[in-house]
Amino acid sequence: MEIPIPFFRLRNTISEWILRGPSILYLGLMIGLPLIVIFLDGFREGVSGLLYQITLPIARHAIILTLWTSASMMLINAVMGLMAAYVLERYTFPGKRLMNAIVDLPLAIPTLVTGVMLVILYGPQRTLGQFLSRQVGLQIVFAPSGIILALLFITFPLVVRAIQPVLQDLDITQERAAATLGAGQWQIFWKIVFPALLPPLLSGSLLGFSRAIGEFGAVVIVAGNIPLRSQTAAVYVFGAVESENRLGASAVSIVLVGISFAMLMIANALHKSWGAHR
Amino acid sequence: MIKERKTWGARVLIGVVMIYMGILIIAPLVGLVTGVFERGLQPVFLTLTLPLLHQSLSLSLQIALVVVVVQTIFGTLIAWVLVRQDFRFKTVLNGFIDIPFAISGVVVGYMLLLLFGRQGLLFPLVDWLNFRVAFAVPGMFLATLFVCLPFMVREMIPVFENLDRQQEKAAATLGANTWLRFWRVIFPQMKTALIYGITLTFARAMGEFGSVLVIGGGIRGRTETATVFIFRSLDERRFVDAYVAALILGFLSVLIVLVADGIKKAREKKES
Repeated sequence: MEIPIPFFRLRNTISEWILRGPSILYLGLMIGLPLIVIFLDGFREGVSGLLYQITLPIARHAIILTLWTSASMMLINAVMGLMAAYVLERYTFPGKRLMNAIVDLPLAIPTLVTGVMLVILYGPQRTLGQFLSRQVGLQIVFAPSGIILALLFITFPLVVRAIQPVLQDLDITQERAAATLGAGQWQIFWKIVFPALLPPLLSGSLLGFSRAIGEFGAVVIVAGNIPLRSQTAAVYVFGAVESENRLGASAVSIVLVGISFAMLMIANALHKSWGAHR
Repeated sequence: MIKERKTWGARVLIGVVMIYMGILIIAPLVGLVTGVFERGLQPVFLTLTLPLLHQSLSLSLQIALVVVVVQTIFGTLIAWVLVRQDFRFKTVLNGFIDIPFAISGVVVGYMLLLLFGRQGLLFPLVDWLNFRVAFAVPGMFLATLFVCLPFMVREMIPVFENLDRQQEKAAATLGANTWLRFWRVIFPQMKTALIYGITLTFARAMGEFGSVLVIGGGIRGRTETATVFIFRSLDERRFVDAYVAALILGFLSVLIVLVADGIKKAREKKES
């Protein structure tokens, strides 16, 4: 009487595999295969070949520019996103609902359109752009500050929307108890509210960073394609593909993929550990 | 709570956030609208009658529609497998899904070029089949598919996790087969997420640029989507064309997401 059990199991696995097989195949072909190919291509001439490509002056400048503009964006976005989430969650004021709706707009608007909008506003032939560059000495279009501005626009919702639900679920009695015990508002914020908001703040920021590293549409419009000045890594890859510099394109692509993937994994791990603590 | 008695600190905080969002988000939006109409209506109408604009918009629309269909099927399937089945390497598969979020569009396009380009790994195969992927619409479709992959899956996973299994068991006890159980018990609970996932995927697909430009090569009138049209118009200093197309695309994306939000909120209200 051993036969029915394996038979039943077999049927079960077949019906499971009918769904599982296509899923694995789809993800493998769509995501796994292209990734494998790019790594194979980038390491075609070994690790030294890859290192040589990414330390070439133009490539290195592009990678460093990408990293520091993304990091600056991340810092500003963390502070402003935290403030925005706090204001939207804790205060009532006229225009709040409108503001809450506006937060999501950058997620919907194509990043290329974001670039176009910023160029219209701050372009060198524009009133505002001319005013800023002549009177304030601040050039935005074709300069790193434009890259940061574009990245800020694109990633703004990520931090706000990561923090808002946590702030909403926060136990208000702790804050009240602290207030009863004579703690000031700043003290309450730093000692009670901020520690609870730190995990979503970090995971939202890292998610934004990993998005920013590879941004192309907005950056290529706002910053242009000026090597050693405003050319980011993604734009460098585009140029390398256009000029058939295959090894250079693959090498810088691998750097981009590696960094964003690491950031994404850290963000996910933070998200999970925070979820477990709750 | 600090609700009604607003301190000066609170007022300053609200003011700072309002000004920041005004400069960062609202000013560029206003800039786009004024940029479109700054030389009057005449050039705008001229742009609106351009056949190239119509072609590029319709190509974007076609790619987005097919991507939505494929992604709805596979996204739901993958989410279901990840929630309901247990197998080795499941966490690896789960990690795979977020990869498109982290990869630059340019790199996506380039990876496909490495696969399907003239020296590509799969080029002999598609060539033998007399099929063109690189610098053609199928490649752009694949690129958009890659970029949009996470949305549907991430939208469906929480739905499947929160399903009430008692209902399924009850339906099974009453003699409903797998299909009937799916359509009568599970599907109705998927609807909101399905609509939301579809709109997010659609909006993202319409706005995809980097990957589509690299794999499609931006051949005028043939592999030119709406975003590529904007890019080339700027390059050729046809500014009004670029601005008008950007306004159409931006308006469309925002509208799609607003409608989805509205549906989601209405459903949540109905449920509570």
